[in-house]
Amino acid sequence: MTATVRVTSKGVPRYSRNERVTHWIVTITFFLLALSGLAFFHPAFWPLTALLGGGVWSRILHPYIGIVMFLAFGLMGLRYWRENIIQPFDREWGKRLPDIINNRDEGLPEIDKYNLGQKQLFWAMVVTMLLLLASGVVLWRDLTAFPVAAIRIAAVVHALAAFVLMLGIIVHVYSAIFWVKGSMRAMTLGTVSRSWARHHHPLWYRRVAGKE
Amino acid sequence: MNMQSLNLDKRSATTTQPPDVRVAEVPVAKLIDISKCIGCKACQVACMEWNDLRDEIGINVGSYENPRDLSAESWTVMRFAEYQRENGDMEWLIRKDGCMHCADPGCLKACPAPGAIVKYSNGVVDFISENCVGCGYCIAGCPFNVPRISSIDNKAYKCSLCSDRVSVGLEPACVKACPTGCIQFGSKVDMIARGKKRVGDLKERGVQTAALYDPPGVGGTHVMYVLPRGDAPERYSGLPADPSISPWVAVWKGVSKPLLSAGLGLAVLGAFFHFVTRGPKEEHADEEEEKQ
Repeated sequence: MTATVRVTSKGVPRYSRNERVTHWIVTITFFLLALSGLAFFHPAFWPLTALLGGGVWSRILHPYIGIVMFLAFGLMGLRYWRENIIQPFDREWGKRLPDIINNRDEGLPEIDKYNLGQKQLFWAMVVTMLLLLASGVVLWRDLTAFPVAAIRIAAVVHALAAFVLMLGIIVHVYSAIFWVKGSMRAMTLGTVSRSWARHHHPLWYRRVAGKE
Repeated sequence: MNMQSLNLDKRSATTTQPPDVRVAEVPVAKLIDISKCIGCKACQVACMEWNDLRDEIGINVGSYENPRDLSAESWTVMRFAEYQRENGDMEWLIRKDGCMHCADPGCLKACPAPGAIVKYSNGVVDFISENCVGCGYCIAGCPFNVPRISSIDNKAYKCSLCSDRVSVGLEPACVKACPTGCIQFGSKVDMIARGKKRVGDLKERGVQTAALYDPPGVGGTHVMYVLPRGDAPERYSGLPADPSISPWVAVWKGVSKPLLSAGLGLAVLGAFFHFVTRGPKEEHADEEEEKQ
């Protein structure tokens, strides 16, 4: 993690090939799960069952896709938990939230590889993924047989955890694709520009560029 | 069971009123007078005959109960409970178990598949199994633990109150077969009157605890019992004293549906309007910046 990496003219390496593949497995499985899950949540979304081949196939496949997402996210969790521990400078950074939202980024406290919002999303994902897995196993009537009282509670927990996770992902997708320009290539090409790194994650930039 | 669908009071996973123009339809009810039941199981046999159901042949476990539980192939089951009073006397409490056809059906509330569960204007709650996806939410929604998922086709099944027979003016098969007149069928109003009269008769004859079971917690049921021990329905193999849809199910399939859906929609709208009002955080080209 602390090893100095080569900052080339192509940019600053941020995510390795393996990291990108894992991330996109989580992305794809997340969207399949979110859309098929919404279909079971509210009748307005029922047509989304077509995505997995109809209501019955959605019911059959959803839990297996969930296991894949959990395992892939588990890898991400193990890789990134250390870098997502919230530090005092993150809290300072967070106090400037109104400025950040209004794109007044001058003089923000210097932060490391992840900002406070990213770190909060990370921990929210850890918690919701665990809740979704636990409640999902209880709801998985094909393979498990829990008492009806447990199934009722699990249904509420599953819906609420999924809601929190989806809210987080909406913010994540908006920030990465639309809001903070130059972020997306970290997950497609694996690198970010030096300018991006310096502006958004100065401590990380100096660390990886060996300019301590 | 499928019927002409101009008489749907409620339809699962449907947010608008389904076709329900046949307002003159009379709500029906089955009245099971337990004080007249001899436990012969003719109703069980009639049910499997009419519905062409054959459950697995079980084994004797020292009780008259056979099969031991409701299943996708056994839509009604006689339950035999032995209850010991404080003075040592035994009570043999027999109850015909099956779908209660709630006015406010928990199964229908929980079902995510449009049209997999319907409630007809006459009060019959029916599973339209071709629309069933086999998720089992109906089991979680039911306050009486009635629906069962078939191991053959993964569809949920339960008593249909012989909706096919009732729709053409016949009584349910169990009613037809009952040799003691314990199971009766008619309009809900008539059945309530008959049940109350019978409760009065029983009380006159010393059964002070007799009561009509038509639980208000689920809006009343279209299957009612006359219970000699109406003060303690649980003694009849766990018949709930005051059943209602679980608060967990009410939250899950009530407020949370519109609230969380709106929350997600607002989050997307919020992001969109943030973009059009605040715009993106632009990225500077490395070369440009390093010149400065």
